[in-house]
Amino acid sequence: MRLINRKPSRRTAVFLGVLPFIFVAILYMVASDIRLSQNPSDRLLPSMSTMLESMRQMAAVPDKRNGELLLWKDTLASLYRLAMGLGLSTVLALVIGLVMGILPYGRAALAPFTSAFSLIPPITVLPILFILLGLGEAAKVGLIVVGTAPVMIRTLAQASLDIPRELVIKAETLGASSWQIATRVIMPNVLPVLISALRIGLIPAWIFLVSAEAIASTEGLGYRIFLVRRYMAMDIILPYVAWITLLAFIMDRLLLSLSKLAFRWKHIEGDSL
Amino acid sequence: MTNKPVIRVRQVVKEYDGVPVLERLNLDVSAGTLCTIVGASGCGKSTFLRMLLSQEVPTRGIIELDGSPLPKEPTPDRGIVFQRYSVFPHLTVEDNLLLAREFAGAPFAGRFFGSARRKARDAVSQIIGDIGLDAARRKYPAQLSGGMQQRLAIAQALLKEPKVLLLDEPFGALDPGIRADMHVLLLDLWKKTNMTIFMVTHDINEAFKLGTRMLVFDKIRHDPQAPGAYGATITYDLKLDSKNRQDAQEAKSLIASGVFGA
Ligand SMILES: Nc1ncnc2c1ncn2[C@@H]1O[C@H](COP(=O)(O)OP(=O)(O)OP(=O)(O)O)[C@@H](O)[C@H]1O
Ligand SMILES: [Mg+2]
Repeated sequence: MRLINRKPSRRTAVFLGVLPFIFVAILYMVASDIRLSQNPSDRLLPSMSTMLESMRQMAAVPDKRNGELLLWKDTLASLYRLAMGLGLSTVLALVIGLVMGILPYGRAALAPFTSAFSLIPPITVLPILFILLGLGEAAKVGLIVVGTAPVMIRTLAQASLDIPRELVIKAETLGASSWQIATRVIMPNVLPVLISALRIGLIPAWIFLVSAEAIASTEGLGYRIFLVRRYMAMDIILPYVAWITLLAFIMDRLLLSLSKLAFRWKHIEGDSL
Repeated sequence: MTNKPVIRVRQVVKEYDGVPVLERLNLDVSAGTLCTIVGASGCGKSTFLRMLLSQEVPTRGIIELDGSPLPKEPTPDRGIVFQRYSVFPHLTVEDNLLLAREFAGAPFAGRFFGSARRKARDAVSQIIGDIGLDAARRKYPAQLSGGMQQRLAIAQALLKEPKVLLLDEPFGALDPGIRADMHVLLLDLWKKTNMTIFMVTHDINEAFKLGTRMLVFDKIRHDPQAPGAYGATITYDLKLDSKNRQDAQEAKSLIASGVFGA
């Protein structure tokens, strides 16, 4: 049989999927062992047990200065900012994207501006946000919005334009008003796209969150990583990076499940990643 | 039937980017006609239907519906079934059929809840039975066969009791057995409602079998130097009553030999 037609069984697929992770882990442990055997106080590649112990302290031992559990405090702070930023972007994308996608007048008025706005490198807006909004939460949330909303708006507008014209015309012949077409035909058809846009938006959202936290913050996952960098504390940085990745992965999977649950009709045919 | 025409087409020309696709169209169609339309691919049959639907505007000329110019946008007095994308993929069979009622009865929410919904569901369950989709009422279109989807599409297009029903190759993707079933369904509905139907098809036998009138679209003027210089028009206009069968037979062989030669 041709290679393109050979499919792994479920168990083989899981095994193959885990393989690269194991490989990288082993590679790391071997490299770490070699360095530590030459110099036991080496900080670059800490051993697994050192990292576990450091993380246990971050997660379960109250901080000496303020008695807080730092890992959870950082996680909560970061997730809160992320949720606020992406939530705002989602609302903006849905409202502005649909207006642009459905109404020719809306498109004429908003499309050029959105296109121009989306070309601003978001990180250059950060100083402006800090000056305008102060160093608090608003500026960090604002950066996430600036970094994710324009693309999401354009994705939604394009998705509403991509809906087969036939569906809109059919709705017109069934006596629908513009509002009814927007809410009962176009919006339900673009909501699955909104979720994909959100999943893709998670990546820049994390980048801008960590950047903002690195520059001005007193808590948060990004803040912690950049703080302990001064002491070359790889035993904290590496697990934190893994933790952020795991959080991002879980969010991505949750959104996919949500899409499958809420939009069953969309997932009847075809695989989805 | 000697009623005045439902559809009047006068000197209609349709150009895309200055290139005529259709030209010199003149047509009177009286109420209750089942008008089939055939012609070579790309000659403008779908374009003609789109103009009847107000999805496109004629470049020149006028089309009248019941004596007044066509509305500028699609309205419930003309129903449509496309070859594809005719039903709403995000709604179940039942919800597809409820939608027209919900549009009319709930201007803001666009949907019914509670007892209003129950009443509307009772009202459409008769229709679902008529088109044989009882077992599929909770299924989405993607879970239906092509024939089931088109039955749903036709039932949906009839909900607003349009004066004119436009069908663009509605059975083009179906196999012959299912197609015959669909013919029975369509003729049945047509007899019950006295609607005027325009149906585009590539199957000339279907056009003869179903139509009471058949239009053939073709280019009659050719300029070898500029193949795009002229558009297609109506080259044959046949009444297909039973007494004209002989006529039809002749025309059929004529058309089969010549018109579709390309
Ligand atoms: N929006 C458009 N812009 C430019 N040209 C168009 C447009 N729509 C249709 N045409 C052209 O008009 C001609 C007629 O198209 P139409 O779809 O009406 O043909 P048709 O008779 O329905 O063909 P088929 O039998 O293949 O469906 C084609 O040559 C097509 O390229
Ligand atoms: Mg066509």
